[in-house]
Amino acid sequence: MARLELKGLAKSFKNGAVLDGVSLAADAGEIVVIFGPSGTGKTLLLRLIAGIYDADQGAVFVDGEDMTDVAPDHRGIGMAFQNFALFPHMSAFDNIASPLAARHLAPAAIRDGVERVARLLKIDQVLAHAPRELSNGQKQRTALARALAGAPKLLLLDDPLRNVDAKLRFEMRLELPPLLRQSGSTVLYVTQDYKEAMALADRIAVLIGGRFVQVAPPDEIYRLPETVQVARLFGDPTINLIEVTPHSAGNGVAVTIGNTTVPIGEQYRAAAGSAALLGIRPEAIRIGAVDAGAIAADVVAVTPLNERLVTLLKTADGHELLASQPAGERAAEADSKVGLQFMRDDILLFDRASGQRLKAANGAGAS
Amino acid sequence: MDHVSATERIVRGGLITLVLIFFLFPIFWILLMSFQTNETILRIPPSLFFEPTLANYTALLTGQLKTTAGNLDILFMRNLGNSVLLSTCAVLLSLLLGVPAAYAFARFRFRLGENIAFTLLSFRFAPPLLVLLPLSLYFKQMHLTDSYVGLIWVYQLICLPLILWIVRGYFEDISPDIEHAYRIAGHSWRQTFIRIAIPLARPGIAAAGLLAFIFAWNNFVFALILASASKQPVTVGALAFVTASGIQYGQIAAAIVLSVTPTLLLALYAQRYLVEGLSLGAVKG
Repeated sequence: MARLELKGLAKSFKNGAVLDGVSLAADAGEIVVIFGPSGTGKTLLLRLIAGIYDADQGAVFVDGEDMTDVAPDHRGIGMAFQNFALFPHMSAFDNIASPLAARHLAPAAIRDGVERVARLLKIDQVLAHAPRELSNGQKQRTALARALAGAPKLLLLDDPLRNVDAKLRFEMRLELPPLLRQSGSTVLYVTQDYKEAMALADRIAVLIGGRFVQVAPPDEIYRLPETVQVARLFGDPTINLIEVTPHSAGNGVAVTIGNTTVPIGEQYRAAAGSAALLGIRPEAIRIGAVDAGAIAADVVAVTPLNERLVTLLKTADGHELLASQPAGERAAEADSKVGLQFMRDDILLFDRASGQRLKAANGAGAS
Repeated sequence: MDHVSATERIVRGGLITLVLIFFLFPIFWILLMSFQTNETILRIPPSLFFEPTLANYTALLTGQLKTTAGNLDILFMRNLGNSVLLSTCAVLLSLLLGVPAAYAFARFRFRLGENIAFTLLSFRFAPPLLVLLPLSLYFKQMHLTDSYVGLIWVYQLICLPLILWIVRGYFEDISPDIEHAYRIAGHSWRQTFIRIAIPLARPGIAAAGLLAFIFAWNNFVFALILASASKQPVTVGALAFVTASGIQYGQIAAAIVLSVTPTLLLALYAQRYLVEGLSLGAVKG
């Protein structure tokens, strides 16, 4: 277990900067998921931490010790690669044993260590096989076992579920959290699947454009995304975004959608008159009867998605909105006219130019 | 291959046979010649039927060449030994120097790296005669003329570029992540090179070593100019069969059979690695 600190890590290649001042502090034993769209330098970040590449600027600290001049083999790291990177000429056993063998342990101790971790990952049956004889799932488990075998202080997992099928990915999403906690390592886990991130993380660090845009626990990222980009990356279907201009209405602030005035609470008083984006999650839209306070909309289509029903709606002024509800509820009929209610507490407001979430005046956010 | 018609199969078989005859017949004919006397070889029309004789081989093994003009000492066995010694040492030295260099060119980008690699390759397409004159002058001054060390050194011109460029490709095909994984597991750079990079590139190293060996074995002109009979390989030694009293075809054939055998055996043995090298392709976990 170790405390990991990244201070202003920067790295650029010929075609431009990839990481641009990345800082993070992870507590001992914490699972931090590094999440971001592809090409934002997530893998590069892990490689800087592992010492495969040197950072242009900044430093990595493990338990307060500067790792800049420490070679990869002395950093106490376990790493699983996206493409597994198993040693093709060694058996699964020897693959998993390599971190233990590097410490010159006695053969019996190595055997014990390999078998323990192999049992945990349910690959004790295939230890004698060469990597090319393993299924994709077994390869992936072997790669994980190899990373875990040395009981590293720091575990770096580079999108380990990327190359396995959907069923296995789901299984591993359930199996991994207890396994990672049991390992006692501080874990950095890279993924571009937001569900995986939400399932595994103590905290999620969202990496966009070479910087962490937000580092927060999963539910906070989901409820209170720092920027429009973060809001769009989490959630399926994605968040609805409507261009609005908040205005004062009575003693509060409201926006107008179609012909309906939707009050958004007085905490957004400062935003009145500015160009903004209103964000509302599909599950925060209630579909009901047409009535005075509701936003009038036409039902375009209804489709099931992961045990939920998703309804595509079109407001009178042409905004397309997605609403999602549990599959058990009665669905709206296609081509019918309905009224929509936005759940006030779930309304998010972003600055249209910068994409930053507008903080409520009382500092507590929209909740 | 289920949809191949009978005619197609016959045509294909015929063409393959034609190619095989084209390439294998000379070797077959040489083998026959090596068991004949000069008279039976030169009779017209040639015939497949003759009384086999081992005289050519005994002449080579004993070093006594009997011609109409009298007995002649030849150094054939000595030449054969020289070939083995020179080619083996040259290839081993090339592997020792070339494999680490190939790794460096494959893994690291450094100043002038590509230029250096290309310069080494260019030795392969410069005609040897171009460098021979200055070389022979240098060798005289450095007392390297007619020495094994000198020849092995010059043979690096043949072997090193070959090994460097072939093995480099194999190293480049190994995913760097495999090496990174081994390092992170706690092994030093040197251990990673020896236990991961070299075993994974082994088919390539074997293939390159074999090719280099064959090229070194077949070299003629370096040894002809830079060494005397006692240090020369079989390729040059075979000139001794062109004697004042005629060309000893039988002995030449026997000499060819003997000098081809080592490389042929080596190729057959290494075939396993060559095929493995081709079928494994990029080494991916």
